[in-house]
Amino acid sequence: MDDLSVQFERALLAGDRLQARAVVDRVADAPFGAMLEQVVVPALQRIGDAWEHGDAALSQVYMAGRITEDLLSSVRPAVSAASAAAPRVAITVLEDHHLLGKRMVLSVLNAMGVPVEDWGTTSVEQCAAKVKERKIQLLLVSVLMLPSALRVKVLVERLAELGCAIPVIVGGAPFRLDPTLAARVGATASGASAADAVRLVRQFQGGAHV
Amino acid sequence: MSEPWTPLSRTVAALSFREADRPPVFLLTVLQGARELGLSLKDYFSRSAHVVEGQLRLRQKFGGDCLYAFHHAALEHEAWGAETLYREDGPPNAGAPAVRRIDDLERLEAPRLEDSEPLQRIVETVAGLAAAAKGEVPVAAVVMSPFSLPVMQLGFSTYLDLLLAARERPESREARLLQRLLAVNEEAAVRLANAELAAGATAVVYFDPVSSSTISAPELGVDVGLAMASRVLRRIKGPTVLHFASGRIAPRLDAALATGAAALGVSAEDDLADLKRRSAGKLSLVGNLNGVEMIHWTPEQAHAHATRALDQGAPGGGFVLSDNHGEIPLQVPDAVLHAIIDAARRWRKEPAQGTA
Repeated sequence: MDDLSVQFERALLAGDRLQARAVVDRVADAPFGAMLEQVVVPALQRIGDAWEHGDAALSQVYMAGRITEDLLSSVRPAVSAASAAAPRVAITVLEDHHLLGKRMVLSVLNAMGVPVEDWGTTSVEQCAAKVKERKIQLLLVSVLMLPSALRVKVLVERLAELGCAIPVIVGGAPFRLDPTLAARVGATASGASAADAVRLVRQFQGGAHV
Repeated sequence: MSEPWTPLSRTVAALSFREADRPPVFLLTVLQGARELGLSLKDYFSRSAHVVEGQLRLRQKFGGDCLYAFHHAALEHEAWGAETLYREDGPPNAGAPAVRRIDDLERLEAPRLEDSEPLQRIVETVAGLAAAAKGEVPVAAVVMSPFSLPVMQLGFSTYLDLLLAARERPESREARLLQRLLAVNEEAAVRLANAELAAGATAVVYFDPVSSSTISAPELGVDVGLAMASRVLRRIKGPTVLHFASGRIAPRLDAALATGAAALGVSAEDDLADLKRRSAGKLSLVGNLNGVEMIHWTPEQAHAHATRALDQGAPGGGFVLSDNHGEIPLQVPDAVLHAIIDAARRWRKEPAQGTA
């Protein structure tokens, strides 16, 4: 499976849908979960690491997510009762209109079969109100603009005021350019890539502190 | 040199790979002009006269070496019929894409410069700054690269989908529509850049983040984006600066050199010392202070970061100290900006810390 994971990774980085499909087809008889954990997730994690270190471009990471989402949606088993009881997760772009980062994270979470509510762009007040109304247990916040990143502080404070001090995971260029920014705005953690988001969501779902 | 140095002569020396009295500093404050005039950002950017006055006051206040004609990236997008979204704590953003459906690319036509109020506002700003500069201060104008403008025109994911589809199927309709879009954009960019130079700009900054290695893989960023930059920059009738708005460029230095640009914007994520070694005498570098981190620097930290960048980039000329994005955030304290200027003024004029 390790070798297949590397082949899958190479296909994704090359944007080669056919080759990626060929790899998935080679493990069609394996349990879906095994294929996911031993082929797909490690490949996406390595692509995320490459992005973080400047060895992969945004266009490659974007395409990798899209290809993976398309491929897995055609082979994923139906959602089980257990996954239907999964913690409630939402993703939003905070006071920002740059949606690509959110789209990339959603592609990968969808590919992994992680149910996530997509709230599009929200203001601090809208987001906080929805968290309370929808009883969200983990919030993913994507931003591109520095002022939007700074507004996460206000969001975290508002959530606490509403009695919804849930984990808030942030991501986007400002947090990459300043690794201390996430802590400064009171975020629980920051993810450098979509694969990071999967890891952090799973950490939370597993009961571990994020 | 018998004449006193001016910001222009200092910059020309640096770009000619000579050291002047000190390295030039391009403090690219944009939004701060609104604060100086006591205006909302929307009001500030609504008139070229505001931006001209704002730049003059900022230069008076901080002492940088350029006047910057940049309003915001979305202003060029307005010329295509789009709206701009304003906020008071950060740069204006592009509204909904000007091109709603890919099919509309079949009939896409560039705005006529002479009929476009947004583009005329840009050119008037350049003219106003050039008149005030009196040939002593460089006036930096900006044009969005035809390869990066579609991020606003189409939306980022739609544009990436189009780029990738065109690469996968070069004979497809998507490929033909992409070529049309890029061709129309190229003509518009060349017209605007040359109008800015005719209005008195000293140089044109070509903003092209999509060509950086941060955003696009080599078959897009190099084979399409920087190849296009080579063609466009050669049609611009004056000096150009290739800038990637924080995007990394080190892996693409050779392609950047081939564009004919006089200078290259360097990301905070690039290794400035390595780029200096590889480009010395061939291409000047502009940068690369981290504007995001800058908001929480102390003046002492700002001085240290600026000095480090100068130590890496300024020996032998070929370097302009600046931020890495092409626009300094509104949240950066004035004391930090003063410290950056001060670092350039003191560079190599005082003993290094720890020495006798």
